[in-house]
Amino acid sequence: MVDLSVKIHQLELKNPVMTASGTSGFAGEINDFYDVSLLGAVLLKGITLKNRDGNAYPRMAETASGMLNAVGLQNKGVDYFIKHIYPAIKDFDTSLIVNINGSTIEEYIEVAEKINELEHIPAIELNISCPNVKEGGMSFGINSRSSEIVTREVRKAYRKTLIVKLSPNVTDITEIAKAVEGQGADSVSLVNTFLGMAINAEKRIPLLSTITGGLSGPAIKPIALRMVWQVYNAVKIPVIGIGGIMNATDAIEFMLAGASAVQVGTAIFKDPFIPLRIVDGINEYIERHEIQSASDLTGLLQV
Amino acid sequence: MGGKFVDNFRVIEIKALNSTNFLITIESENDLPEIHPGQFVNIDIKNAPEVFLRRPFSIFEVDYSKKTISLIIKILGKGSKKITEIKQGETLNIIYPLGKGFTYPKTNDNILLVGGGSGVAPMLFLAKKSGIKNVDIILGAKTKQDHINVDEYSKYASLYFTTEDGSLGEKGYVTNHTAFQQLSKFTKIYACGPYSMMKTIAKEAQKAGVFCEVSLENLMACGFGVCLCCIEPTKKGNLCVCTQGPVFNVNDLKW
Repeated sequence: MVDLSVKIHQLELKNPVMTASGTSGFAGEINDFYDVSLLGAVLLKGITLKNRDGNAYPRMAETASGMLNAVGLQNKGVDYFIKHIYPAIKDFDTSLIVNINGSTIEEYIEVAEKINELEHIPAIELNISCPNVKEGGMSFGINSRSSEIVTREVRKAYRKTLIVKLSPNVTDITEIAKAVEGQGADSVSLVNTFLGMAINAEKRIPLLSTITGGLSGPAIKPIALRMVWQVYNAVKIPVIGIGGIMNATDAIEFMLAGASAVQVGTAIFKDPFIPLRIVDGINEYIERHEIQSASDLTGLLQV
Repeated sequence: MGGKFVDNFRVIEIKALNSTNFLITIESENDLPEIHPGQFVNIDIKNAPEVFLRRPFSIFEVDYSKKTISLIIKILGKGSKKITEIKQGETLNIIYPLGKGFTYPKTNDNILLVGGGSGVAPMLFLAKKSGIKNVDIILGAKTKQDHINVDEYSKYASLYFTTEDGSLGEKGYVTNHTAFQQLSKFTKIYACGPYSMMKTIAKEAQKAGVFCEVSLENLMACGFGVCLCCIEPTKKGNLCVCTQGPVFNVNDLKW
């Protein structure tokens, strides 16, 4: 077996395949199918300071090669997570990364401080890119200045690996990436979902209760891949590639474009085993191409 | 670890039950886990570029010795239509068993099962599996042609029918049927079908003070509790129909 391990700042992953936040619950749901210790990391469902009910039904619409969602960060809050979920999952032998969200900077800080105390959580993903909440979320991540401020403040509160999840709904994603890098982000993950919309023409109504929602799935892959390539060439910190990855070839493309690791999201809804097959596929690829380790794939694109 | 599976099943039988309902029986190479009435499978739709997500269907019959599962597929859209075009011998990839099933009745319970449209399958499965004597089933459809043949279920239950045009059984909706008028004689009522039907049943059951469970079918992406798309607002908050349902006690719903 070749060396599949990769490093995201101080975070050592056994392989470059993570599950994306909001697509793998709190890891136990995936562990119902197979041992999650086979994954590089599991990004837990986004949490906020207080309980959030999320948006009204319907929250999902199937689209060409993908789907829209408007879940709106439904979760029971960070204290519930620490008391009731964390104890049940902390011993999973994979890197558990908490995706944190807030409506205000203060909320982000408070959640980050609480997660910082958890021994078995080696990293957080600062979500400044959720398109489905009225306050906070993407509104922080579509502006360099607010991205800087929230990253700077969370950086002060959080001492382990800090990943910032970027929104693609911006004119120039490299500006935001550079802004958060400048404030101490250890890594950037991209992309979150694209703001989109779907309509029932017969009934003349939107398919989502929120009218607009986040587009994910293979439909967004080429755009996500381009953004990863751009950001890789603009920053020095490791980039985590996300966006419509359905198989090992997709994942390898993201790594060649500059990703140090990848997150598999919507594909899990199709088949929860896809992340595992991607691990095997990357292994097979680097053996076949006589590459020494998975980390050597990063930015190997010949241009 | 364990409990849910993604598995390729071989189609051993597919037949049209009427113009919109198909019976599909699929066989696994592996032993089946225990499956309860009300649980469902999520089917991958192959060779249909316009269909991205799986489609959930409730389980109709299980034969552990033959390792088979039967489903009644009602054509509702592109995904279900594609499934009914599958040929014997081809494979169907399913995630299963998903969701929480119905609360099993006790031996001395007197139960009423009400199935409308595509909601017939789990009701018949429950009738068969309940193993009790006092079971009444009311099945409703638009016309006689929309009903499927359920004769063999007379072993397990007293069968009653309604049609909107009166071509089979009593004319009207299931909730108009004579057998539905004395709800207090039942100790448990179970229903699966259109939401308007289930809402009327829920209201009547609550009025009569009888335990009542219904099976919901909100739009789903994953089917195993990770996407949080299929939520139903309940008195316990927004719950996932796929993992915390699809079966709910009507007292928990905000209907």
